[in-house]
Amino acid sequence: MLRFIISRVLQGIVVIFAVIVITFLLLKLSPGGPFNKEREMQPHVREMLEAYYGLDQPWYVQLWRQVKGYATFHFPPSLKMPGRGVDEIIAQGFPVSAAIGLPALLIALGIGVPLGAIAALNPRSIEDRTSMVLATLGLCMPSLVLGPLIAMIFGMKLRWFNVSGWYDSTDWVLPATTLGIIYSAYIARLTRGGLRETLAQEFIRTARAKGASEGAVVFVHAFKMACLPVLNFLGPAAAGLLTGSLVTETVFQIPGLGQHFVSAAVNRDDNLAMATAAFYAALIVGFNLLVDIIQAALNPKIGFKG
Amino acid sequence: MKLETQLSPSPWRAAWRRMMSSWLTVGALVFLACLIFACGMAETISPHQPNAQDLELKASGPSAAHWMGTDPLGRDIATRILYGGRVSLLVGALATSVAVLIGVSYGLLAGLAGPRTDAAMMRVVDILYAFPFMTFVIILTVVIGREFWLLFIAIGAVEWLTMARVVRGQVLGLKNQEFVTAARAYGARGGRILLRHMLPNVVGPVIVYASLTVPGVMLLEATLSFLGLGIQPPDASWGVLIRDGADNMETSPWMLFFPSLFFSSTLFALNAVGDGLRDALDPKSFQEAGD
Repeated sequence: MLRFIISRVLQGIVVIFAVIVITFLLLKLSPGGPFNKEREMQPHVREMLEAYYGLDQPWYVQLWRQVKGYATFHFPPSLKMPGRGVDEIIAQGFPVSAAIGLPALLIALGIGVPLGAIAALNPRSIEDRTSMVLATLGLCMPSLVLGPLIAMIFGMKLRWFNVSGWYDSTDWVLPATTLGIIYSAYIARLTRGGLRETLAQEFIRTARAKGASEGAVVFVHAFKMACLPVLNFLGPAAAGLLTGSLVTETVFQIPGLGQHFVSAAVNRDDNLAMATAAFYAALIVGFNLLVDIIQAALNPKIGFKG
Repeated sequence: MKLETQLSPSPWRAAWRRMMSSWLTVGALVFLACLIFACGMAETISPHQPNAQDLELKASGPSAAHWMGTDPLGRDIATRILYGGRVSLLVGALATSVAVLIGVSYGLLAGLAGPRTDAAMMRVVDILYAFPFMTFVIILTVVIGREFWLLFIAIGAVEWLTMARVVRGQVLGLKNQEFVTAARAYGARGGRILLRHMLPNVVGPVIVYASLTVPGVMLLEATLSFLGLGIQPPDASWGVLIRDGADNMETSPWMLFFPSLFFSSTLFALNAVGDGLRDALDPKSFQEAGD
């Protein structure tokens, strides 16, 4: 178990640095540089800025400095927000995104799991059909459709919440609901598939044969196995939710992390772009590891293989 | 009794029959066919130009002349939806082709290569799974410019991973089956085995998976366009139109409603066709093997 975790953590670190290197190379390959777009910048000012941030060095020196910076936790400064480190910017946006992502995750599980379970326990019934139609509808309402719709209904028409912005203590409700509904559709489908497949297996028949009640069969025996596909999905999904959905944060104008993913690349704040990519990769790696550990604990067949 | 009824139908014909027995799948196919036809024939169907402005009209609601209303520049929404649909559907089809091409080649190679190469190639896929896709697509669109044909290459270049896994799993399952061994014993070489014996057998799962990739790709394009990184104005894709609609939803809700309706219905239809294909082509045999 310990060996498994250590080897996975090491692998994860390799992945994170691979992400940093690839992002760096992509940005270096792109035409122009961080300080080429500004129109009224004097050439000597630009040279000074580039020298200050070390952008006049050969590319491998720059890459080495980046990698070294991340390895020693001395993160580079943002190129477009003077005086602020990329870690500071991320530390500021992350709580906002997480304040939306966490309730969204709970909403998604709260709707998705029961919906999927009801469908799986009553195959081909009206409940099954209804919940699957709902789930399919959810799949077809991506955040760019659902977000504005929810903003229009609950923000503009009913005026229950602010349409956009991040001022009141209830501002997380609409974006979290949007994201929660979307993810619940996936979770419902996965729960239904997983539960139905598990209920058809031998060990369930054994449990029934030895006289376990239907409730015990479902909740004690089947559920553990059935939630494996959901868990697999939740790893990357949680990382995505916590770092903020680009679209949802745009629709509701939330100052979370999502905005930086786009603006850093568009404004050529190369350091920040690398940092957001690395942070996201770190979250994915972390959650995948967590999922693997839970999975191994739930299913003796999988175990801690490395 | 006629001879035909005694013969069991070919697997493909049987699959086709299974698929046609679901009214949802048939309805979705008919819807998509109509949509593709309408978008393709947009010039003949619509009396308006997609970018023709009518500044006196401004944003007006649905009327006899403009069925789905107009935007603040007086452009006809219905016409823009048809032309935008052309872009969205084209990106969906082309980016999926790119993803299928990369994924199938990679999966075939990994499956046929020795266990070491296979493990290394799949490790690469695992690593790429952990990559922040959106960031990469965004950087790619910034790097290679915001041109239409580059957009679908960028999307296709990040959407091939699952396809590679599916194909590789299939090949691993087929590799040691008797007909392949027979072909090998018969003296067939790697290339021939690959093309004549493996490829036909992975076509089924590839079709299923590709059909389920299309809505994902279209969503990615719409998301990029929504964020201002995809199709650039005055040209429109559905993502652009939905963004315009979201910006004007307070004064002109029809600008949000109709493009969203078209986009969601298309996603629904594509998913329905994908599910139908999967059910028809036997779900069990296409599970990822050896993973």
